[in-house]
Order: sequence, then structure tokens, then C-alpha cells
Amino acid sequence: MSKRIVVPFGPQHPVLPEPIHLDLVLEDELVVDVVPSIGYIHRGLEQLVLKREFTEYVYVAERICGICSFMHALCYSQGIEHIMNIEVPDRAKYLRTIWSECSRLHSHLLWLGLFADGMGFENLFMRSWQLRESVLDVLEDTTGGRVIQGTCKVGGVRRDIGQEKLDEMHRTLDTFEENCRDLGDVFLNDGSVKYRLQGLSVIPRDDAYALGAAGPTARASGVAMDHRETGYAAYGDLGFKPVVETAGDCYARCAVRVRELYSSIDIIRRAIEGMPEGPIDVKVKGTPDGEYFSRVEQPRGEVVHYLRGNGTKHLARARIRTPTLANIPILVKMLPGIQLADVPVVVLSIDPCISCTER
Amino acid sequence: MGLFKMTKTVLRNLAGGPATRCYPAVPARTSPLTRGHVAFDPATCRSCGICSRRCPCEAIRLDKEAKVWEIDRMRCIACGDCVEGCPFESLTMEQEYFPPVTEHVVEHYTITYVKPEKPAKKPAEESA
Ligand code: SF4
Ligand code: SF4
Repeated sequence: MSKRIVVPFGPQHPVLPEPIHLDLVLEDELVVDVVPSIGYIHRGLEQLVLKREFTEYVYVAERICGICSFMHALCYSQGIEHIMNIEVPDRAKYLRTIWSECSRLHSHLLWLGLFADGMGFENLFMRSWQLRESVLDVLEDTTGGRVIQGTCKVGGVRRDIGQEKLDEMHRTLDTFEENCRDLGDVFLNDGSVKYRLQGLSVIPRDDAYALGAAGPTARASGVAMDHRETGYAAYGDLGFKPVVETAGDCYARCAVRVRELYSSIDIIRRAIEGMPEGPIDVKVKGTPDGEYFSRVEQPRGEVVHYLRGNGTKHLARARIRTPTLANIPILVKMLPGIQLADVPVVVLSIDPCISCTER
Repeated sequence: MGLFKMTKTVLRNLAGGPATRCYPAVPARTSPLTRGHVAFDPATCRSCGICSRRCPCEAIRLDKEAKVWEIDRMRCIACGDCVEGCPFESLTMEQEYFPPVTEHVVEHYTITYVKPEKPAKKPAEESA
């Protein structure tokens, strides 16, 4: 047995902008053990429910994460709506679905870019981000914010999308899909990408299930869990099938996300076609009294907002479980047995978002 | 196949020009809805205080006595809630982002709105 050494990885690392720290125990170049630690950027956002009114907290919830911001606001709003028995108008549900899927598109394109960068494919990184820009432009045109949309509120949405804009979005979707397929083709069929990713840190289905993996990480191992199947917002009307791969390696995790791009485009198209007329919000009266676990499928997996109201305009407690937290145990399982040079790629393959994990 | 794809991408990139822009020489892309920063019109504000109550960041401070309206630019997150809530349209959301600064910026405005004189009841009396 050769001598063991410990190499620190992060919280500042050139390939990973997320502040997670891993102590990698190496034997020569081979990882044999890993000790993760987080806790560098706790902001105490859950505590703020005590100081902000429940309707205002949407803005705070939205700022938990810079990528799935809309979905945090959605998850929080749905939770409060459930506690207060508010029925959201159909048009608001459809709009929420469109913005959720736009967020998923830009999140996955961002991840594909970072992943390509992590494996040293600089050109692909730039092309992914170029494509992502067109999604951000649509978000800015329809909500007023590229990253923080600020359109979700308790009881509906704050902005409508006019028919003209919807038609324009529908027209541009075809070109966008063509570009996405060109890009996805490189990720799925390029020889060097395959060589780098196939067979790297395989997670069998049982392990993924037992360790509670979430989102694309679980689906890449054949666990067909996607919270959108429960039909919140307009997903129930639009028909939706989760994207599942079975190989469980880095390539499968990449393939799930590429194919989710196509399924998101499909959902947006159907949501635009089936967009009902009507109001976009209802008036919120009273205060929340009760508790609820609200769940939404984010690009990285399922997010859970636990909300408890006590009949005042401030909630008594909020607790948020983000998908990255669920994926850290599986990450610890993924790393032993791989080369040090593959560590960045494998860490990126769970799409870590530490800022929202620590809130 | 691969070579064909690559040539297509290369040609598209050559013909398409740069995907980025020379910001700040070329202004950033905005849309009519873009939430840049809040602008205040002291001539129409009637000191009702709705904006400061709605603001989730406590960025707005209103002193009714001194007729001073303040906005802390470093606290404001440009959510637009105050703009939606203002009943007198004194607040507007401008498209330009607030430029980066090195010092704390709190803007003070003196409200210049003057309550119009109540129209005298004379005409009513005359008609009566
Ligand atoms: S835009 Fe939002 S954060 Fe800024 S002053 Fe208005 S309410 Fe406050
Ligand atoms: S800006 Fe508008 S909401 Fe704020 S105090 Fe003046 S009139 Fe009222």
C-alpha cells in the first residue's frame, strides 16, 4: 500500500465556483476516501420569515438561489396557497409552468456549459452559454429580470404574457430546439466526450435510491422520480413523462439533462398552445394558519419548503431542503475509486448548488 | 458526419459575428419590462407611505413631517413592489441598472407636492 495523502479541494477551486470543501484522501492518484464539508456561505434566509410578511417573503425565497430562483418562489407560493386554500387561476398556472421550464432550460444549459468546461471542452462551454443567453432574453422580455424574475406571488403571478409575445415565443421555439439538438448532439455523440464520461463513477439504481439521490442524478441511475409527475401548476394538464437513463455514469447524468432540454421545450410549446384566458391572480385575504410541505421539481431535483403559519402575518417557521443537500451523500459514494483528474467532472455531474444548500 | 457538423458550426460562428457585446461602450440589452432602478417624482408624491410599508427590504424611508423621501440604493433589490403599490404614480421603474459604486448611496428627495386648494364651494352655493 502506498502512502496516503489528503488533498483539499475547494471551497475556492478554479473548476468549481461553488464553495464546497472536499478532503480527498489519495493513494497515488486514486481517490480512496472523501470528507465533504459545507458551511461557508450561510445567510440565514429561513430566519427572515420572522421579520418579513408572508407575502413579502416570496422575494426572499426567490433569492435563495440564482439559477432556480423562480422555482423557489413557486414552491413557497404553492405552500402558502395550500395552507390558505387559495385556488390559483388557470392562466397563472400555465404562466408559472412556462417560466419554470424556461428556468430549467437556462439552468441545464448553464450546467452543460460548466460541465464541458470541467472536462476541458472550452468551445462547447461557450456555445452552451450562447444558447442560454437566448433563454435569458425571453425571461427578461416577459418578466423584467434575467435571473431574478420576481413574477411569482402568493395567489398567482404579477405579470401576464401578451398573446403577441406568446406567438413570437412559439415561433422561435423551433429554431431554438434545432440549436439545442445540434448542441445536444455533440454532448451525446462526440467521441472525446464519450471517452471522458462513459463508465465514470457508476452509481447503481439501488444505491441511488437508498442514498436518497434527487433529480437528474437519480434519474440517470434509473430511478424514475420526478415531482412534475404529480401535476402541480399546469403539468397535470400538459402530460409529462420523466426522462430516465439507466447507465448511472457521468455520461448518463449528462444525457438526462440534454434530453430534459428537449422535454422542457415540448412542455413550453404545449403550454403556449393550451394557454387559457382569464385572470392571473386572486386577492389574498387573511393570514396563513397551518403547516405544509411544499415540493417542486427544480433543475437539480426536488426542493422541499416546510412552512408553518400561526395565524399572524409572519410565518412561525420555514425550512428548506434543497436538492444538492440530498445529492451530497451520493457524491461521497461516487468519488472513491476514480482518478484525481476526474474529480472535478464527477463533482460537477451532480450539478452542485451550494449557495442554495446553505441558504 | 462529425467533420460536417464542425464545419457547419465554424461557418455559423464566422458569419454570425460575436455573441457578446462591448459593454459599457454598447449599452446592455433591455426590454420595456426590465427592472433597472426606481425613479421618484417628488412633485406628485402625497406622502401616503404605502411604498415604504410594502418594501420587503426596508429600503424606503419616508418622513411625513419633514417631507423627505429617501431610498437606500444598496438595500433596494429592484423588485418593483413599491412601483406597483404607489397609488399616485410617483414611482417608476427605469430600465437602466444602477451603476456600480464604491460608497453607500442613499438618495434624499424633498417632496414638493402641494395639496391643491379645495375648490371653493361658491359655485354650488350659487346654483342652490
Ligand atoms: S423596488 Fe422593491 S426593494 Fe426597491 S424600493 Fe421598491 S419595494 Fe423596495
Ligand atoms: S411614492 Fe407613492 S406610495 Fe410612496 S409615499 Fe409617495 S405617493 Fe405614497
